Amino acid sequence: MRITRFLTAWLTVLLLAWLPLAALAQQDDPGQALLESLDTRAYDDKAAAIQTIAASEDERARRWLETLLDGKLQRHKDTGRFVIVIDNSGRNWPAIDALTFEDAGEISRRDLDRIGINNALRNQLRSVLAVIDLYAESADVRLASAMRLLGEVDETLAGSIDDLIEEEPDAEVRRRLTQALAIYRVENGETEAVEALAGSLHPRVRVALGRAAASDDPILAQSAQAGLDDIEQNLRINRAAETLYFGLSMGSVLVLAAIGLAITFGVMGVINMAHGELMMLGAYTTWAMQQLLPGQPGLALILSIPAGFLVAALAGVAIERSVIQFLKGRPLETLLATFGVSLILQQLVRTVISPLNRTVITPEWMSGSLVLNDALSLTLNRLYVMGFALVVFVGLMLIMRRTRLGLEVRAVTQNRAMARSMGIRATRVDIMTFALGSGVAGLAGVALSQLTNVGPNLGQSYIIDSFMVVVFGGVGNLWGTLVAGLSLGVINQVLEPWAGAVLAKIMVLVFIILFIQKRPRGLFPQKGRAAEG
Amino acid sequence: MHWLGQPFKERSTLIFLGVLLTALVAVTVLHLVVPQGHPLYVSAYTVNLFGKYLSYALLAVAVDLVWGYLGILSLGHGAFFALGGYAMGMYLMRQIGERGVYGHPVLPDFMVFLNWDSLPWYWYGFDSAWIAFPMVMLAPGLLALVFGFLAFRSRVTGVYLSIITQAMTFALMLAFFRNEMGFGGNNGLTDFRDILGFDLRSDQVRLGLFLATGIALALGFVLCRAIVTSKLGRVCVAARDAEARTRFLGYRVERVQLFVFVVSAMLAGVAGALYVPQVGIINPSEFSPLFSIEIVVWVALGGRATLYGAVIGAILVNYAKTVFTGIMPDAWLFALGGLFVLVTVLLPKGIAGVLAYRVRKRGVTENDGKEATA
Repeated sequence: MRITRFLTAWLTVLLLAWLPLAALAQQDDPGQALLESLDTRAYDDKAAAIQTIAASEDERARRWLETLLDGKLQRHKDTGRFVIVIDNSGRNWPAIDALTFEDAGEISRRDLDRIGINNALRNQLRSVLAVIDLYAESADVRLASAMRLLGEVDETLAGSIDDLIEEEPDAEVRRRLTQALAIYRVENGETEAVEALAGSLHPRVRVALGRAAASDDPILAQSAQAGLDDIEQNLRINRAAETLYFGLSMGSVLVLAAIGLAITFGVMGVINMAHGELMMLGAYTTWAMQQLLPGQPGLALILSIPAGFLVAALAGVAIERSVIQFLKGRPLETLLATFGVSLILQQLVRTVISPLNRTVITPEWMSGSLVLNDALSLTLNRLYVMGFALVVFVGLMLIMRRTRLGLEVRAVTQNRAMARSMGIRATRVDIMTFALGSGVAGLAGVALSQLTNVGPNLGQSYIIDSFMVVVFGGVGNLWGTLVAGLSLGVINQVLEPWAGAVLAKIMVLVFIILFIQKRPRGLFPQKGRAAEG
Repeated sequence: MHWLGQPFKERSTLIFLGVLLTALVAVTVLHLVVPQGHPLYVSAYTVNLFGKYLSYALLAVAVDLVWGYLGILSLGHGAFFALGGYAMGMYLMRQIGERGVYGHPVLPDFMVFLNWDSLPWYWYGFDSAWIAFPMVMLAPGLLALVFGFLAFRSRVTGVYLSIITQAMTFALMLAFFRNEMGFGGNNGLTDFRDILGFDLRSDQVRLGLFLATGIALALGFVLCRAIVTSKLGRVCVAARDAEARTRFLGYRVERVQLFVFVVSAMLAGVAGALYVPQVGIINPSEFSPLFSIEIVVWVALGGRATLYGAVIGAILVNYAKTVFTGIMPDAWLFALGGLFVLVTVLLPKGIAGVLAYRVRKRGVTENDGKEATA
């Protein structure tokens, strides 16, 4: 017992001796004075102190003001030390030192005094915090801050922004700041400021102009209305561009899905109902690659392009050898048999992997979007898929037109007997063609894994659409497939806003059914000898 | 009416009808006379199941009529079946009357649920069997007429026709999934109570429906046989085997195709209408392309262009489906997929083909014997 009392006494002495020292050390910090100035009863003085802190260029200023706004900047009643409360629930609050940001342990809430603020100060703090980033080093931070200011500028800010615009080195940030200031001015009835807002598509600008157009001042209303009309016109164009983009993106997916079919169905005349399931295999290959290379989704995705092609091509060869070769010249039976294969493949995936959807990670360089302006931003993954579809299309075109395989394929499809008597091994060509078409289905699956859920039903949902694209475009014609796929995608997207997704799809299907009645051989029918087959 | 008597001169038709009638009588006797618990007793559940198989068999006959004798592989016959089923379902829905969950005298439950205040115009009259039952045939018939007219006129045949029929049923499936269509959306039509004033849940009514389906199958079979054996049927087969040549001989192939296609669609509609009261529900999944293509494999297994083969195939596959989904549901799609492949690759003429081969072979050996003795 005596020992305990002795120790307690010593500790008290030590603590008392240290406290003035610590206080002395804090005195050297100019921050201490700044914080001291906040701890005053008069709100006018506090307002002045906030402005001083904001202008002090102290790195900690932002944090102080934020915590002041949240009511977490507090002062110890006994020691006079400023702390930032981390978590104000419970009796004892963990806190850090406001000057050094070092851990200050848990402090009973009875020992703390909050530095109070009122509504006027709260508003002031918010606008100060909005501009504080405008002094940041990084242009991106300044830009983000300037964007936040659109529609938020008030009297106190207007003056400081005006100065900032002069000093701002970055053109984009300057443009935004000018707009932010112009919104404030328009709202205050300055007609000249409307000009500065021309061409901007930001919703805040539209709101400001809309309000101005409804104002009593006829001159202001007129020029605001003119600016507004201009913006609306611009927005319509952007919306059309967005629809077109989504349409082309959907179309490129259709092209990817259908182009393999265009080879197997269009060129070889084989109906492969398992085509969708080959796509599914490609998508699952991507998933498997990402499981094999955890933490490197990008690398896995790139590797799955050749892997997906190989897996699907091998599966295709297996289907060709085990089923299709026995059904040559009986297209309806081929359709049924390959449908059976598709059922087996689906169920295989359900049993072996899982009936549930798998998640395929989108690598960082593919996520996010390309912002063109305030109204139009293009998602990167769709952009990549579009590019990929184009590359695949061009590649296939080259194979069919420029290589020996392409020549042989065309020879065999036009006249099998003649081609064989010229020394072409028709069976081998069949296998190679089918492998090519199937491999492309695998590539489509790899691309699709970035856009939709990867599950056992992935292929099923695309098979009817893909056949529609091939039939619409004209069988045996790769260009037809490209045009048909892209235009179907765009038609679908154009119809969607006023008909709804399901109805748009139904309308497209009905349209194709009617179209085939009119032109049974598709958009680009084959001419000459090839058409007779 | 000479052509309607033609089928009764054929041995195969007589055998088929004999077997079918024997089966109907046998099931009735075993259900009614044999006491419960006896190993030969047929429960009401089983009677109901057989009734379902028979309606599938009628559907398969309809598909065989167009595929076997016209050479048109329709992957959309499920749509005609479902339309007939929906027509019947609408009638049954109106018969519920005030006994629904919300107790509305006119509106079916799902419409009350969707806050509709009046019946859509296309539901008018479906409370009367005099309108609803003809609609069972008219609705699918009309769709087939319009679709077939457009398709056959522009000579869309073969694989193209198959694909657009599949697109048709797919589009209809999407449409019927929508609540706004007024057909119960995803859930379809269900909770039926009465048919023509009889309680659907009683055993006698179930037996009655089973017998009605059996008789409908017999009538449908005879009708199809009659069409096939008539002069029109000859033109059908000619068009199937050499369309261009038939056209050049002066026959209007597209009209023949259209007529048979519409008849087939109506038969499918009747099958659907008999199916719905027995299973107690109709929903958009009957429109799914998978179901339509499954019908085709029943016909393929049984044997194309025989009609009785279609019946055998439908009953066999569906019996297998009942068994498989009972013991190991996962294996069913493997079995079905395997069936598609095996039938097309190994059994191009189906079970009927094998049977016919046996019969012919026996006939040949008998003839050989006669010649030897002579």
